[in-house]
Amino acid sequence: MTQLALIIDLNVCVGCHACVTSCKEWNTSGAAGTMCDDNPYGQDPTGTFFNRVQTYEVGQFPYTETVHFPKSCLHCEEPPCVPVCPTGASYKREKDGIVLVDYDKCIGCRYCSWACPYGVREIDEHEKVMKKCTLCVDRIYDESLPEAERKPACVLACPTSARLFGDVHDPQSEVSVTIREEGGYALMPEWGTKPSNHYLPRRKTRMHIHEDELVRADNPLKKEQREHAEPIDATTLDDSTSW
Amino acid sequence: MSIQTAAVSETDSRTEVKNTTCYMCACRCGIRVTLRDGEVRYIQGNPEHPLNKGVICAKGASGIMKQYSPARLTKPLRRKAGADRGDAEFEEISWEETFQIIADRLAHIRETDPKKFALFTGRDQMQALTGLFAKQFGTPNYAAHGGFCSVNMATGMIYTIGGSFWEFGGPDLERAKLFIMIGTAEDHHSNPMKVALSRFKRNGGRFISINPVRTGYSAIADEWVPIKPGTDNALFLAIIHELINQGLYDRDFLVQYTNAAELVNLDEASDDFGMFVRIKEMEVEEGCYDPQNKLWWDRLSDSPVNTLTEKADPFLLGEFSLEDGTPVKPSFQLLKERVEKYTPEWASTITGIPVDTIKRLAYEMGITARDEKIELPIAWTDVWGNEHDTVTGNPVAFHAMRGLAAHSNGFQSIRGLSILMTLLGTIDRPGGFRHKAPFPRPIPPCAKPPKGPQDVQPNTPLNGMPLGWPADPNDLFVDENNEPVRIDKAFSWEYPLSAHGLMHNVITNAHRGDPYSIDTLLIFMSNMAWNSTMNTDEVRKMLNDKNEDGDYKIPFIIVSDAFQSEMTAFADLILPDTTYLERHDVMSMLDRPISEYDGPVDSVRVPVVPPTGECKPFQEVLIELGARLKLPAFVNDKGAKKYRNYPDFITNYEVEPGSGIGFLAGWRGKGGEQFMKGEPNPSQWEMYEKNNCVFHYELPKSYQYMRNWNRGYLKWAQEHRLTRYEEPINIHIYSEVLQKFRLAAQGKRAGKQPPAHLRKRIETHFDPLPFYSETLEGQLTDKHKYPLNALTQRPMAMYHSWDSQNAWLRQIHTYNYLYLHPSLGQKHGFGDGDWIWVESMHGKVRCMCRFSEAVEPGTVWTWNSIGKASGAWGLDKDANESKQGFLLNHLIAEELPAGEDGDHLSNSDPLSGQAGWYDVRVRVYKADETDEKISWPQFDSMPALPGTGIRRKWQAYFAGKFTRGK
Repeated sequence: MTQLALIIDLNVCVGCHACVTSCKEWNTSGAAGTMCDDNPYGQDPTGTFFNRVQTYEVGQFPYTETVHFPKSCLHCEEPPCVPVCPTGASYKREKDGIVLVDYDKCIGCRYCSWACPYGVREIDEHEKVMKKCTLCVDRIYDESLPEAERKPACVLACPTSARLFGDVHDPQSEVSVTIREEGGYALMPEWGTKPSNHYLPRRKTRMHIHEDELVRADNPLKKEQREHAEPIDATTLDDSTSW
Repeated sequence: MSIQTAAVSETDSRTEVKNTTCYMCACRCGIRVTLRDGEVRYIQGNPEHPLNKGVICAKGASGIMKQYSPARLTKPLRRKAGADRGDAEFEEISWEETFQIIADRLAHIRETDPKKFALFTGRDQMQALTGLFAKQFGTPNYAAHGGFCSVNMATGMIYTIGGSFWEFGGPDLERAKLFIMIGTAEDHHSNPMKVALSRFKRNGGRFISINPVRTGYSAIADEWVPIKPGTDNALFLAIIHELINQGLYDRDFLVQYTNAAELVNLDEASDDFGMFVRIKEMEVEEGCYDPQNKLWWDRLSDSPVNTLTEKADPFLLGEFSLEDGTPVKPSFQLLKERVEKYTPEWASTITGIPVDTIKRLAYEMGITARDEKIELPIAWTDVWGNEHDTVTGNPVAFHAMRGLAAHSNGFQSIRGLSILMTLLGTIDRPGGFRHKAPFPRPIPPCAKPPKGPQDVQPNTPLNGMPLGWPADPNDLFVDENNEPVRIDKAFSWEYPLSAHGLMHNVITNAHRGDPYSIDTLLIFMSNMAWNSTMNTDEVRKMLNDKNEDGDYKIPFIIVSDAFQSEMTAFADLILPDTTYLERHDVMSMLDRPISEYDGPVDSVRVPVVPPTGECKPFQEVLIELGARLKLPAFVNDKGAKKYRNYPDFITNYEVEPGSGIGFLAGWRGKGGEQFMKGEPNPSQWEMYEKNNCVFHYELPKSYQYMRNWNRGYLKWAQEHRLTRYEEPINIHIYSEVLQKFRLAAQGKRAGKQPPAHLRKRIETHFDPLPFYSETLEGQLTDKHKYPLNALTQRPMAMYHSWDSQNAWLRQIHTYNYLYLHPSLGQKHGFGDGDWIWVESMHGKVRCMCRFSEAVEPGTVWTWNSIGKASGAWGLDKDANESKQGFLLNHLIAEELPAGEDGDHLSNSDPLSGQAGWYDVRVRVYKADETDEKISWPQFDSMPALPGTGIRRKWQAYFAGKFTRGK
C-alpha cells in the first residue's frame, strides 16, 4: 500500500518560509481552500496556514545551534485525528495514505485538533470546518500538469530542496532510501501515531589538520632566500692568514 | 466543498500562464504566473530560468498579496493646500496636470541651474535609465541606493580584484570544498545562494559562518564563529599574517596575476614614494588599465627586470636597491611587514574569536586551497600568449555582503578580504570566486564622474557620468576650492571613491543648504522618511522645515512609489507606480544584469495583469518627462517625443546612435540574429517573452575562467563591446590608486589638493595596504557608557520595508524584538520579553527584548524595517508594526559628531561614502513599569491616502473571485 509523505532535511533548511507561503498561495485558490486571514491589515493578524516554520535555539553561547523546523500534517499511519471524528469527515485514504478532511461532513467540533499531538490542524472560523495539509492532492494527480510539477507546492518551492516527497512504503523510493541512509526519524514515536513524514538530522563536516601539512617541502617561503649573497665586509680568514 | 481525488483542472480556458521576472526582492528570479479569470492564481518559480531553476521564496510566493494590497497607490496625488508635509492630506489630480506641474518646474531649473534638481532612487533595478535621465537633464545630483547599501563591497573589491560579490561575481559552490560566509544579509543573493548552499553541503563541503548572529544561512553552517561587529579586518589581517608566516599562499598566482612582486619606490624624499617603479624607457599607451612597465627583482639573475621578462622568477620578499640607489621592495614584502603586528593573539582581543580558532581558520583555508587543488581539463591561453592545458582551482570560496560593508572601516576590511582571497589563489578559478559579465573590469573601471562645476551647464547634458570610478585625485568632482559639486558631496575629498553616491546625506545637506540649496527632490521608491534614512525623527522634521519666509527649505518633493510608504506623507506630488506584475522592465547589462559564471545573462519583465487604477510605471514617467523637457536622448530631430513608450525606448535606444549597444543584449540585429551589439530588433521583446524572459549566452569553456588574464575572453569581451581594452587586469594587492590620494594629502602630488582639515583623514585612510582601525563612530563614542554594538539583520521572508502591507508575510514578522544575550538581562535586571530602552549617543527607542543564545554577547540586534509608522503601508493605526515594532534607525546618525576632521562629515566610510549603519554603540536598560507598553517613539497616524484600497476585517483569497467579491 502506498503511503505518500514528506521528508524534511533539517541539515539544509534555512528557515526561509518559502514552503509556508507557497502552500498558502496554492491551496487558498485550490480544492482545499480557501485559507482565510483575520485582521489581515490590523492588530494581531492571524490566518490559516497548513505549514509553519518554527525556530529553536539549542545549547548555550557559543555552542548554539539555531534549528528551523517546518511542520505540517505528518499523515500518520495511525492518525489519532481520524477515530475521534464524530462525523467521519476526518479520514485516511486507502489509496495513498493521505489524511484528509471532507468539508461537507465536517462540523468544526475540533475533536481532531485536540487529538493531534502535533498541532497541525487549522480551524477555519468562517467556514466552520477543519483544514489541513492535503499534500496538494489537487496537484499530485493532475495530469494536465507536467510530470515534474505533480508535487506539493512546498516541495517545488523549497530553495534548498529540503523537502522530498514520495512513497515511504516503497523501499526503493528516494524518500525510503534517504530515511534509511541519512538517519531519518519520526516525531514523537512514543505516541504510536507512526508519522509518515520524517525529518533528517543536522550533519557536520569537519576538517582534520596534520602537523606536517604546515611544514611541507614545497613551502613557497623557501624561494625567498637570496642565492647571491652580498660580499661580506667583515674580516675573514682570507684577510688574515695565507697558510 | 469536498476535496476530490480527480483534481480540479488547473489548465482550463479560464486560466492563462505567463512568464516574467519576480521583484519581491532584488534577486530577480524567473517566475511563472497563472491567472484565473484575470486574477493571480499561482506564482511559481520558472523551472527553465537559469537563476532560480524553479524554486521560489516566501516573498515570491506571496506576490498575490502585494498585487491586491490595500496600501497600493492608484492615483496621482497633490498635497492639499494648507496641509503640512507629513500630514498626508492629499487630493487627486490628473496625470496631465501632474506632468504639467513637473515639466514646468523642471524646465525652469534646467534652464537656470540644473543641479537644483536632485533625483535619488531606491532599489530600483533601472539605474541605467534613471542615470541617463539625470545626465540628459544635466544634473550631477543623481544616485541610487548603493551608498547606503553595500558600496564598500563594490568599491573595496572592484578596486582590488576588478569584480565584486553578488551581481558581478560570487562563490563557486559547485566546486568549492570550503566555504566561508561572513557578514551576509540574507537577501544578497537569495534563492541562488540557498540552492547552491544546499548542494554544497550535500556534496560534502564544509561551511563556516562568521557572524555576530546565528540565523538563516548561519544556522546550517558546520561551524559558527561569532565575531564582534566592525572587527572583520582584524580577523582577515591575522589570517593573512598566519598564511604568510606558514607559507600557505599561492606563490605562483601572486607572481603571475597580481602586483605582489612589483617593486615599490621607498625613497622617502621622492615624490613617487610608495609608487611602483616604472621603466622610463618603455613607451606605454595611456589608457584605463595598468601598463606593464613595472619591475620585478629576478631571483635567478638577482637583478631588476621588467615584469614581462620571460623565465624570470621574482622575489616576493626582500629589500633591494636600484642602480640609482633607490631603495625598493616588492609590494608583498610591504604586506608582510604590515601584518607582522596583526597576530592572532592581537586579533583575538579585538574580534572576540579565540586565538586557536583564528589560526585554525587560516590553516583550513590555506591547506584546502593548496592540497585539494582542482585541475579542469580546459585549455586556455593567457593574455601574454602562454598556453595552459588546464584550469586550476583552489577550492576555497567566500561570500560577504553588508555585514562587512556597512561599517566606516568597511572599504579597508573588504580590501583585506579580497587580498586574503587572492593569497589563496582563488580569483576567477573553479571552487573560488567567479566573475559574472560585464565583470571583470579594469581597476578601477573606466567611467569617471564629471571633473568640476564647468561640467554642469544650463540646458546641457552633464559632461561625464553622474557616477564613476576615480583613479586619481584629479578625477574628483570638486570646484576650484576643492569643495564638493554634488549635493551629497560624493567624489569630493570627504568621500573620494563614493561610486554610488551618498543618498543618506541628501536630505540633511539640502535642508542645511550645504553645499547649496536645491529646488526639487524626486525620490523613486525609497523610504527616506523612515527605514531608508538614518536619524529618522530629525530627517522627518527636515522634510517639513520652512525658512523664515514660510517656504519649505526643500521647496518641492516628488515621490514615486507603488505603496503608501512613510515617505509619501512628505511629498508635494505622489506618482503611483505599478507593481512588478503590471509592467515592462529590463535587467540590463548597462546596470546590474543577472549574469551567471558561465556568461552574460539579462532578462526582462512583461506585464501579466493590467495596471491598477491610474498607476503608471515610473519608466513611462521618465520617458514622457524627457520628451516634454526636450532632453536630447528622448526627442527626435524635430524636438518631438522620440519613443512611444518604455518598451519602444528599450527596443530602439542605443547608447550612441548606430553603436548597436542598447539596454538589452539578446536578440539584437534586425532579425534577432546578433547579441551584445547589433541593430535594434523590433521583435526583441517577443523574443525575450518566448525564451522565459531571459537571454543567456554561455561562453566557450576556455573563456569561463581566469578572465582577468584570459586572452580569449578579453578579446571576446572587446569584440562584443563589453570592454574597451584587452589588457590584463592584475590584482591590486598594493593599491597605487590609494597611494596617489595619500601623496596628494602629503602635498607630494600636483593637481587637486585636499582641504587642510581633511589632509590627515585622507593620509590615514588612503593606505595602499589594508589596515585595521576602529569604526569612526566607535572612535568618537564613550564605550563605557555605550558598550554594546547594535545592528539589524534581514529576515528572509521580508524585503526592507516592502512587505508589512502583505497580508501573508506580515503574519510571519508582525513586530520585532531586540535580541540579546541573557547575561545582559541579568546584569540590568530585566527578563525575556520585557520592555527596555535602547539608547545611543544620538537617541533612544523603547522596545521589547528577547533573550537569545545565538548572538555574540556584546551585540544586540533586531530584524530590519519591521517597525512602521502608524497608519503607513495600508495598516490600521494600531497594527502591531507600529505599536510593538520599532526602528533602530532612530539611534543612528547620518553625520558623525564634530571631530578633528571637521563638522558635518557623513557617518560613512571615508573612502567610499558607505553608510556606517552598523557602527552604532548602545546601552540597554529596563523600561519603567509605569511606561506605556508600546514602542517609542510614536508618530501621528497617517490617514489612508485617496485611491488606496479597502482594508477588510477578514479575507479569504480565491483567485477569480477576490476583487469582484468585495
